Amino acid sequence: MANKKPGVAFHDTPEQAAQLQAIIEAHKNEKGALMPVLQKAQDVYGYLPIEVQTTIAEGLEIPLEEVYGVVTFYAQFSLYPKGQYKISVCLGTACYVKGSGDIYDRLQQVLGISGGECTPDGKFSLEACRCIGACGLAPVMTINEDVYGKITPDDVKDILAKYA
Amino acid sequence: MINLKINNIPVSVEPGTTILEAARQLGINIPTLCYLKDINEIGACRICTVEVKGAKGLLPACVYPVNEGMEVFTNTKKVLSARKTNLELLLSVHNRKCLSCARSGNCEFQKLCNDYGISDEDAFQGVKNEYTIDDSAPHMIRDNSKCVLCRRCVAVCRKWQDVGVIGPNERGFLTHIGSAFEADLGDVSCVSCGQCIVACPTGALQEKDCTDKVWEALSDTSKTVIVQTAPAVRAALGEVFGYPMGTDVEGKMVAALRRIGFAKVFDTNFAADLTIMEEANELVERIQNGGVLPMITSCSPGWVKYCEHYFPDLIPNLSSCKSPQQMFGAVAKTWYAQQLGIDPKDMVVVSVMPCTAKKFEIGRDDQSAAGVPDVDISITTRELAKMIHAAGLDFNSLPDEEFDAPLGIDTGAGVIFGATGGVMEAALRTARDWLTGEDHPVEAMTFSAVRGTEGIKEASYEIGGLTLKVAVCSGLANAKKVLKAIQAGTADYQFVEIMACPGGCVNGGGQPFQPASVRNFVDIRAERAKALYSNDERNTLRKSHDNPAIQKLYDEFLGKPGSHKAHEILHTSYVARPKY
Repeated sequence: MANKKPGVAFHDTPEQAAQLQAIIEAHKNEKGALMPVLQKAQDVYGYLPIEVQTTIAEGLEIPLEEVYGVVTFYAQFSLYPKGQYKISVCLGTACYVKGSGDIYDRLQQVLGISGGECTPDGKFSLEACRCIGACGLAPVMTINEDVYGKITPDDVKDILAKYA
Repeated sequence: MINLKINNIPVSVEPGTTILEAARQLGINIPTLCYLKDINEIGACRICTVEVKGAKGLLPACVYPVNEGMEVFTNTKKVLSARKTNLELLLSVHNRKCLSCARSGNCEFQKLCNDYGISDEDAFQGVKNEYTIDDSAPHMIRDNSKCVLCRRCVAVCRKWQDVGVIGPNERGFLTHIGSAFEADLGDVSCVSCGQCIVACPTGALQEKDCTDKVWEALSDTSKTVIVQTAPAVRAALGEVFGYPMGTDVEGKMVAALRRIGFAKVFDTNFAADLTIMEEANELVERIQNGGVLPMITSCSPGWVKYCEHYFPDLIPNLSSCKSPQQMFGAVAKTWYAQQLGIDPKDMVVVSVMPCTAKKFEIGRDDQSAAGVPDVDISITTRELAKMIHAAGLDFNSLPDEEFDAPLGIDTGAGVIFGATGGVMEAALRTARDWLTGEDHPVEAMTFSAVRGTEGIKEASYEIGGLTLKVAVCSGLANAKKVLKAIQAGTADYQFVEIMACPGGCVNGGGQPFQPASVRNFVDIRAERAKALYSNDERNTLRKSHDNPAIQKLYDEFLGKPGSHKAHEILHTSYVARPKY
């Protein structure tokens, strides 16, 4: 299992840092504080990088590994920020049988990241999604608001080039 | 009382008793894999599964409390077949390289597979996760391909040691034990105590085996290879060779080491006595000169590393004394090398330790009195057992032999270092004589408050007009409580002994494996400690300052405790380390 510290630099504003401290303070003496703190922290930052998880571990006086274990257990938490361009590949049944899995694989290969991650320059993030109701266009992927249907893995490079 | 029947045999037990414990009272063993009493009662592995009349499915005996009138069956066909299926499923994702596995022969998983008649490792075939072996830490390796996800390592790391650098990451099929952000163990604030290794039922966690290095050194005719053995090794080594727990095998151990080929077989007890001389002197100096108090012992490298990562503000409280292992090496490569007339570069010091953190300690900075590392190779009790096997020695029929002089001469004060409270008692024996100027006889009752396996012990002694308030902690979670009180200024101790492992070195991370079936029901710490206290009682010399070899060392070489030379050779420094 390779080290999973994201390549994207972490920036937070004094407002975000103050919000996080307030969230920790509000929950720190509760039983089961970790889940609500993580959920609210993700609302503040959009994701849960090591810096945020470390602050939470210190604040709740629990090991960082315990925080990380919970973050990686639940699909609702993300270790990576969303990119400037958020790529979503539909792995719903119709798209999947039409080969969206291959498109997803190709995107990971071309971008050099795994699903759920963001490229180090912060430009593209990649995730899988379930049916987006465009089965007639299967296989489908979206980049922000743009929808691409009936595509093949070989189309991936040209599509990404539009956002270069 | 609750009345129930197990395999048709009636039994009455306290309310809240689990089926597992109730069965135990009848002498019925229910197998377990993930269960560790008090710290890992999670009912995850389903090996302890039993049939209960009227229950919907099979129930986990380790966590299920008994009810009035309950009828339990522990070995029906249904139960046996379920256990077998569970084992087959675990095997389907297990790396079955058993022949080359360090745990072959004492693997709990292997034993269960034998017991339940697994005839096909490939009963279930499918995808396996790919893992790389993590060998980044100086003391151990993790091979997740042999992990059964019992979480016993996680439990001891979090609950006994309050370190918590390992835990389950991801979920479902991808679940694996690792550190935060998948960092390597060598890059996180692991203290190297090795408690996870002795808790592991399989070969997923192992110490870094250095026996090849020892054999290589022994075959190099240009080197003088000497060995030292820690107090606690003699109290546990016999377990590997079938002796009852708590048997002191000192004599046979010495004989074995001599036959393996060490030029001299010495005793870390000698260096433990030396530690007392320096540490007692340092304590008296701190008290008299307004130094930082409480002074905390520095013998346990797992504790020292914990202090550096988690309580760096208390580093000034740590005694500057090197640990006995390091003091031994320092004296061997200076005073003793001079006596032999050899260059310390041509001397190899091997240590046999109940400890995995000692492998880390030998690589620390400021541990090279003669300009070369004080200790070259540190092996565990388990690795010594392996060497004895490899050498083809019939351990049980070896004669009892004596350690060599002068670095093998010890006192009873040195040998009790291996049990929690031992360092404290040894220091008190010497401090009492020094502060009163009298020669007090040693009686077990005098300092009985610091003996025993309790995690935190406190005592107060009037010695030579001085009130000495002391605390003794073992297990880092216990130590943390005392350290927090020291930080908060609510503790007024002068002297604190801390050992990283619960019960002290006898229960160290380098000691022989005992399966959970033993660990859950026998107090290993107390049994092994008995061997050390009876060794102490047999000794005619029981106070460190009475050790003639120590007296000679000061007369000829060091001057007096705390001298400039003693500081150069026997003392060290510490460094704050990051927590994250």
